Amino acid sequence: MNPALRWLREHLVLLLGLGVLAYTFIPIAVVVLMSFNDPATRNVYRFDGFTLDNWLNPCEDPAMCEALGLSLRVGLSSTLVATVIGTLAAFALVRWDFFGRSTSNLVIFLPMAAPEIVLGSSLLALFVQAGFAGQLGFWTIFIAHVMFCLSFVVVTVRSRLAGMDDNLEQAAQDLYATPAQTFWRVTFPLVLPGILGAALLSFSLSFDDFIITNLNSGNDTTFPMYVWSVARVGVPMQVNVVGTLMLVISLVIVLGGELNHRRRMRSVRG
Amino acid sequence: MSSPVETYDGLRMRGLTKSYGRFTAVRELDLDVPQGAFFALLGPSGCGKTTTLRMVAGLETPTAGTISLGSAEITHTKPYRRPVNTVFQNYALFPHLDIGENVAFGLRRRKQSDVRRKVEEMLELVELGPQAKKKPAQLSGGQQQRVALARALINEPEVLLLDEPLGALDLKLRRSMQIEIKRIQTEVGLTFVHVTHDQEEAMTMADTVAVMNGGLIEQLGSPAELYENPRSTFVANFLGQSNLIAGKVVGRAADVVRVDMEGITVTVPAGRAHADGDRAWVGIRPEKVLIGEAGAALDAPGNTVPGGVVTDVSFIGVSTQYLVRMPWGQELQVFAQNTGRDPIYRTGQQVELSWRPEYAFLLDHDQDVRAGAEDEDA
Repeated sequence: MNPALRWLREHLVLLLGLGVLAYTFIPIAVVVLMSFNDPATRNVYRFDGFTLDNWLNPCEDPAMCEALGLSLRVGLSSTLVATVIGTLAAFALVRWDFFGRSTSNLVIFLPMAAPEIVLGSSLLALFVQAGFAGQLGFWTIFIAHVMFCLSFVVVTVRSRLAGMDDNLEQAAQDLYATPAQTFWRVTFPLVLPGILGAALLSFSLSFDDFIITNLNSGNDTTFPMYVWSVARVGVPMQVNVVGTLMLVISLVIVLGGELNHRRRMRSVRG
Repeated sequence: MSSPVETYDGLRMRGLTKSYGRFTAVRELDLDVPQGAFFALLGPSGCGKTTTLRMVAGLETPTAGTISLGSAEITHTKPYRRPVNTVFQNYALFPHLDIGENVAFGLRRRKQSDVRRKVEEMLELVELGPQAKKKPAQLSGGQQQRVALARALINEPEVLLLDEPLGALDLKLRRSMQIEIKRIQTEVGLTFVHVTHDQEEAMTMADTVAVMNGGLIEQLGSPAELYENPRSTFVANFLGQSNLIAGKVVGRAADVVRVDMEGITVTVPAGRAHADGDRAWVGIRPEKVLIGEAGAALDAPGNTVPGGVVTDVSFIGVSTQYLVRMPWGQELQVFAQNTGRDPIYRTGQQVELSWRPEYAFLLDHDQDVRAGAEDEDA
């Protein structure tokens, strides 16, 4: 066989893997690169020169920072509320046999399955009907985000709970733990990774959402709405700074978790 | 069952029943476990032994009946308020806590002092001292088993419950853990109630064995009593193997029962006869049966059965196992110790069998002759 062909055959999986990684990461790399761009013309999508100006003046356009602030406030508050309510709902759905449980299990999927544009417009209709017409803004966005984050939290926490060995809770009770102690010492720590995962997922869903938010935000502007509105005239380079920061923060969270895990493993072996 | 005594210091169950809808897992159980005993509940899966254990632990609520420990009734006491700890079948170690914290769990919940020292001592006892900082997932099955044992034992419960604790281990490890658990029980002197389906395990470890079947206790006694003098076909078959031969009671004297067994009259001591009716099963363990050439004078005075033909021979070193077809068509098992004194018989050879009357037992004919026989898996 031709040596080149053989080499290709042996390394095909590796090459494909690298290809997929490139496919995923090149757009992100462009965002990082563009955050250092010094545009010379009105075409902001061309890299003309390196500068730190974008990083030093992130709020050059105050509207962007205002939009970012709103997105962070909505993201954090709706994540908190959706995570708490969703976790409680997941416990109820897994642990208690109540009337309508199987129906609830089914219905909880609906917001995930329904098209966002439908959810968004029906929510708007609801808000208008309820007399919120002139007051669309933070609170209506918040309510909408809690609504669609809830399903994701319930589904994530529920699968974690269902996979838990209920012998562990019996063992805790057998070892003199009251129901409250059993929950805080055994159940909660074991479900916590699922809850944290659900919270991260909620935050990125909320931070990212455009369609539902756009319909229910009134005069307020979230970060995705801001980017959309300025895209036609050319986004400011600071949008890339925000994108890069988000990337760095998520990398730190993931790497931090991994390093912590490895350090614990090592200290055990040592 | 012994008559109720006012002060009993052990674990006592009276009329204990557990039903799930129409299915009754445990039926009017009366059981006394003396303090400091190593007690085994032995039976096939589904016989109610684990349900009984879980009721003692407080993890199941009895449908009827009472459980008491010493002078305290604990039938409806919450599991976390009972001085009882369990070693679970799958160990149920807390995966997020290290070995030391797993073992310390019970002490910490009861706000005991000197936790660190007690944990160290307990880990020494089960030979896991250096592993205290590891997580359960980093230990082997045998080590996890010992952690589960340590985690329960450290609380010095009045009763330690073991639910098939060795079920997940391989045979060799199981044997060494049996000896290990027995050693620890002798050392700490606590009451152990051990649930198992492995008759060898129950007989090796326990000083009293209760054989359970269909939610009822078939027989209770020391391993030797159960083996030598079974009261039911289930016990006769479930603990070891038995030859059970149909017979007709022809006479009862004060100390012996005479039975016509396919035309041959054999005797069984009255204390070993557990049949009231006319028809009965004559039982004899295969190793109690002597085998000899037709017409030879065997040194067992009493019950001699001529006319057998060897149909199968397996030589297994310490003994030879024969199947002998009797004139009435039944095949009997005979285990002959390899003393070197007797020849090894060949298939097709004419032989006669004999046994000392005091080794035979008599069982009620109404029972299924195969009961308990198919559950041999250890």
